[in-house]
Amino acid sequence: MSEAAIDAILAAHAGREGALLPILHDVQAALGRVDAAAEARIAHALNLSRAEVHGVVSFYHDFRAEADPRPVVQLCRAEACQARGVEALVPAAEAAAGGRVRLETVYCLGLCSAGPNARVGDMLHARLDEAALVKLVEGA
Amino acid sequence: MTTVRISDDALALACGADGVAAAFAAAGCAVERVSSWGMHWLEPLVEIGGLGFGPATPADVAGILDGTSDKAIGRIAEHPFIARQQRLTFARAGQTRPLSLEDYAATGGWAGLGRARAMSGAAVCAEVLQSGLRGRGGAGFPAGVKWETVRAAPGTRKFIVCNADEGDSGTFADRMLMEGDPFQLIEGMAIAAHAVGAERGYVYVRSEYPHAIGKLNAAIALAAPLIAPFALEVRVGAGAYVCGEETSLLNSIEGKRGEVRAKPPLPALAGLFGCPTVVNNVLTLAAVPHILTAGGASLYARLGIDRSKGTMPVQLAGNVRHGGLFEVAFGITLGELVNDIGGGTASGRPVKAVQVGGPLGAYIHPDRFDLPFDYEAFAKADALIGHGGIVVFDETADMGALAKFAFQFCAAESCGKCTPCRIGSVRGAELVERIRAGQPAPDPVGALAQMYNAPKAARAAAEDVALLEDLCETMKYGSLCALGGFTPYPVLSALRNWPEDFQAGDIARGL
Repeated sequence: MSEAAIDAILAAHAGREGALLPILHDVQAALGRVDAAAEARIAHALNLSRAEVHGVVSFYHDFRAEADPRPVVQLCRAEACQARGVEALVPAAEAAAGGRVRLETVYCLGLCSAGPNARVGDMLHARLDEAALVKLVEGA
Repeated sequence: MTTVRISDDALALACGADGVAAAFAAAGCAVERVSSWGMHWLEPLVEIGGLGFGPATPADVAGILDGTSDKAIGRIAEHPFIARQQRLTFARAGQTRPLSLEDYAATGGWAGLGRARAMSGAAVCAEVLQSGLRGRGGAGFPAGVKWETVRAAPGTRKFIVCNADEGDSGTFADRMLMEGDPFQLIEGMAIAAHAVGAERGYVYVRSEYPHAIGKLNAAIALAAPLIAPFALEVRVGAGAYVCGEETSLLNSIEGKRGEVRAKPPLPALAGLFGCPTVVNNVLTLAAVPHILTAGGASLYARLGIDRSKGTMPVQLAGNVRHGGLFEVAFGITLGELVNDIGGGTASGRPVKAVQVGGPLGAYIHPDRFDLPFDYEAFAKADALIGHGGIVVFDETADMGALAKFAFQFCAAESCGKCTPCRIGSVRGAELVERIRAGQPAPDPVGALAQMYNAPKAARAAAEDVALLEDLCETMKYGSLCALGGFTPYPVLSALRNWPEDFQAGDIARGL
């Protein structure tokens, strides 16, 4: 099943110059992970070594070797959000997330004048206070 | 039917613009989704016949329509925040539909490209040089010099790469431009392609910007026939801050680890896939269509001061009352930007520090608010303009914690290729922690048997500070790129301006 999905992705990018990152994005989106078997298949198709592909997968934060079925809430904790008090919200958000939600730290969602900010899927949320963030985590 | 204009910029959406738009549509209005004016504290900002209302919620719709709303701000174009700006790159902000080719052409779009294509590549490069445009990504390298180098470089294939990996905290101008006026960026890249003889271009956008990626892809599909034979493609990053460094970005597009390359060779001579490549920031390329209109270059060169020509889209962020995008000619002072235009802090407490230029920029004390916005003046003050982001902190900020964060950020985002950055960042965070803890303890690494020359006794706080300064010097001069090389700026500026925040026993800890 996953082999067919990877082959379809590889076919879609055939002949594209520097196609590895777009391929990895598609595999990550389709399967929720880029595991060793996927790395080997991609390496074979692109005439790369498995080490080269693994090096790329492990370098970037967006790719994961194991799927994590939990919903993800990305919370910006960079300087601009710190200046607007995000650190004070973290304990409550972590408590609300528990083991059910993966609370991820990101450095900057580009909404720096309206923090604290969070992202769930492609939905962005700005001007969060503790109650709004907890609600967001609980609803994720 | 009343026409209501509401932004579909990501920040407006994050503040609930879709709900407001739906409420106006339900009330029988025609809703037009436009770019954002950049007055972020007023988003979602509603415009009806030039009059503005914000920040609007669905509950305000009835009041806005019958003229009783207390969210009225008067004519948007006359609002002091807008009226004081000199908008060239963001001339269309708030006024056009981002994906409307009709709106773009009606507001002077494609004029620069048309004129450029009637000129030789060398003449286009000369005009860009004459305008004084410098790279807006941070380094401030003259764009005309870079273009001419690529144009004159031998090679059958050349590339235009737009660096849209805007990872700096406190910056959002690239995002706003890509979402609000994507055709301008596309036109700028097409002009660059004509100037240097490139047929292919890439926009490298960070994956944290899904809205910008969507808008750019749609805009490129619409504009493809207009920019042909030049072809453009969006490449999406994968969460690595260091890929904003140009050589690491090129590696990433090639499908490799985003590790920094040693320079030389310059990307202008051996860049993407080993070919001559123009790598410019979004704002640099987006400034080009205006410069290439008739008389545009000399107009641009007349703005600004000294060697900093033209306008800079300044981004006011963090704990600031009136945050947003403020495009202005170089030369305005930092104090004017933070206090007059930004209105001080959002919390109402005094300003303690501002960080200019992202996570690698210096923390500047309000004592230095007389600094003019100018590349050289900032460099002289041991600071940098970077991408033009200003993050404001109020008096609750703990500068020692922020210095430690600067090291932690560098450690998390280091590509790992050079030692000063990879190891220095980790050791730096430990050092700051030790200085702040104030309890001298023997250094565990220094205690190892093989560390023959390391002192075995615990260091005093003053010795730790000296060591921190020494480490910063090593990172500054020994790192391959700006990530390791500029991390000392926030650290040392925090240490020099607020030494009390590094002392042990300080109570007001935590932000």
